[in-house]
Amino acid sequence: MTAKPATGTTSILKTAFVNALIALVLFSLMVGIRTEAGASGQLTYWTRFGELASLVAAVFGGSIVIELLRQWIGPTGAEKLVPPAVQSGMSFIGRYLAPALLIFTLLVPVIFYNQRYILDLAILVLTYVMLGWGLNVVVGLAGLLDLGYVAFYAVGAYSYGLLATNFGWSFWICLPLAGILAAFWGVLLGFPVLRLRGDYLAIVTLAFGEIIRLVIINWQELTGGPNGVSGIPRPSFFGIPLDNSDDGLAAKLGIEYSPTHRIIFLFYLILALALLTNWATIRLRRLPIGRAWEALREDEVACRALGINTTTTKLTAFATGAMFGGFAGAFFATRQGFISPESFTFQESALVLAIVVLGGMGSQLGVALAALAMIGGFELFRGLETYRMLVFGMSMVLIMIWRPRGLVGHRAPTVYLTKAKAISSDLVKEGHG
Amino acid sequence: MSGDKILSIDRLAMRFGGIVAVQDLSFAAERKKITALIGPNGAGKTTVFNCITGFYKPSGGAIRLTHDDGTTVALERLSDFRIAKQAKVARTFQNIRLFPGMTALENLMVAQHNALMRASGFTLLGLLGVPTYRDAEKRAIDLATDWLKRVNLIDRADDAAGNFAYGDQRRLEIARAMCTEPALLCLDEPAAGLNARESAALSELLLSIRDELGTSILLIEHDMSVVMEISDHIVVMDHGVKIAEGTPREIRDDPKVIAAYLGADEEEAAAVMEGGA
Repeated sequence: MTAKPATGTTSILKTAFVNALIALVLFSLMVGIRTEAGASGQLTYWTRFGELASLVAAVFGGSIVIELLRQWIGPTGAEKLVPPAVQSGMSFIGRYLAPALLIFTLLVPVIFYNQRYILDLAILVLTYVMLGWGLNVVVGLAGLLDLGYVAFYAVGAYSYGLLATNFGWSFWICLPLAGILAAFWGVLLGFPVLRLRGDYLAIVTLAFGEIIRLVIINWQELTGGPNGVSGIPRPSFFGIPLDNSDDGLAAKLGIEYSPTHRIIFLFYLILALALLTNWATIRLRRLPIGRAWEALREDEVACRALGINTTTTKLTAFATGAMFGGFAGAFFATRQGFISPESFTFQESALVLAIVVLGGMGSQLGVALAALAMIGGFELFRGLETYRMLVFGMSMVLIMIWRPRGLVGHRAPTVYLTKAKAISSDLVKEGHG
Repeated sequence: MSGDKILSIDRLAMRFGGIVAVQDLSFAAERKKITALIGPNGAGKTTVFNCITGFYKPSGGAIRLTHDDGTTVALERLSDFRIAKQAKVARTFQNIRLFPGMTALENLMVAQHNALMRASGFTLLGLLGVPTYRDAEKRAIDLATDWLKRVNLIDRADDAAGNFAYGDQRRLEIARAMCTEPALLCLDEPAAGLNARESAALSELLLSIRDELGTSILLIEHDMSVVMEISDHIVVMDHGVKIAEGTPREIRDDPKVIAAYLGADEEEAAAVMEGGA
């Protein structure tokens, strides 16, 4: 056995003590002293030292538990603790998990045909899978931290919404246009932020996301401001509407019309779009541009020394990610039939970024699993009502302690001579710009 | 010195604010020869390298690269990645800069980025999987395989570069630079941190690059055994200026070099110079 890292009782107690101290400082004002306006407007206050003490004690105890957990099921310990048989079983599951998931996803409308709630949830999950895969190009491959991804989602949604309501263009013409417009905005954002790195890049992209939303709110003549765009046409099956009219698909096929048809059509539409994103990303990774993205994440200076134009490489990453966001946005608009700025807040960007980080940056399967866990899991906790966010946050913290590099933490090489060996996430850089 | 010059530096100056790093430096590197740039720590060698490879923009002077076909490129006017792309100057770094999360083979594939980008029709043709791109990729893999064999890392082609031992990383970085098919290879302390056996292998590798491929090499090095063994020409710098240049024999006996290189203690200096012989 190799020696355990120097994390004895003293260091655990020390960490717990520091955490408890921080909790004491924070909670002493928030919980310890309670103020209220009195009867005649004067300030009355009273102290609640009992509650304060119990909170600090909870933080102290919790810190110890977390430190112990970190030592026992930490990433290094887990590999040694798991027996080889289980490990090979896990790799067996890993190999067949993606195809199995895909087959299951294809069958979802068949299995849950009469369960509208599950179909709607599945469509929502797939939308986030697609957004996650799109952002994965920017964050996971190129290592550019983008906190304003929702801007491209919004551009795509409004592109379709406005083109369809004003000019009556069909979904299938607007879809590529929405992607192109979003990519254009991606390039436009890319230019000024190319020199920025790390935190600075994150702040500017965050601001960009907010700017787009504020422009949409304030440009009333074009976007309808806070009222949004309503009456966005539903997608047609290549010109054949999915309704109960005589020209509808159901009538043409000679089957009885059901509103579920449209839901199932939407389901397969977003599945196709998501798979297109996945296919393009996997393909791009194996092309020189994709390798250059990953090389950029690993070491930008070395890239320049090898004659790679880092400016255009970053711009293509931004544009590609934005394009997929635009596709997803157009789908969102056609599915909802109504869009407003409220759908494109920072929370959406944060959620998509959380999916990418939780999934393991750069891993396609990981992102899909994370989207399922985040969106589906959030629905799962619905029964807990008020405590839903708390349980959700706790489970996120636990996953990040257990798997700090995401659910699928290793990187698959894009080319190999004899055998493709997975690369441990410890070696893979996260990018810094 | 006479002969066919690949690189000529004329009155190069580099100032950072008030600090003069390099001043009035002129020297030339001959084609298909190994030129060494030596000098004590802080002499300005890496600054010269960064000027040549475009990471710094020189405050003054000219850097001219003459290709085999006679075309001349003014390096001081090109931005960094164009120097590697158009002027065909490749470099390595003092503190190794590999792509640690990518395999050795992938590292060498990234080095062939520009050629592969053209072959993939700037991604569009590659995305469709046209045969011309697949052929180009096969050729790129062949070139990478060839270099992995040369630097004796072929068995570890599919391992992450970050897992390699220090000496292996050094050799892989040289292979990666060579995969850009450069006219001039600039090496920043390639022997730093290598043991005697690895240094000898490195010397052999550099000589084979010069003799078999005809690539000109410019190197910064502290390891005198390597410098004295393989250099055709040596330029000595101290405090940002050139203090001597000549063949290894001339440099070894130059009292100015001995004095500058190792302070006033000539006995110690002589011992080190002899040790390198």
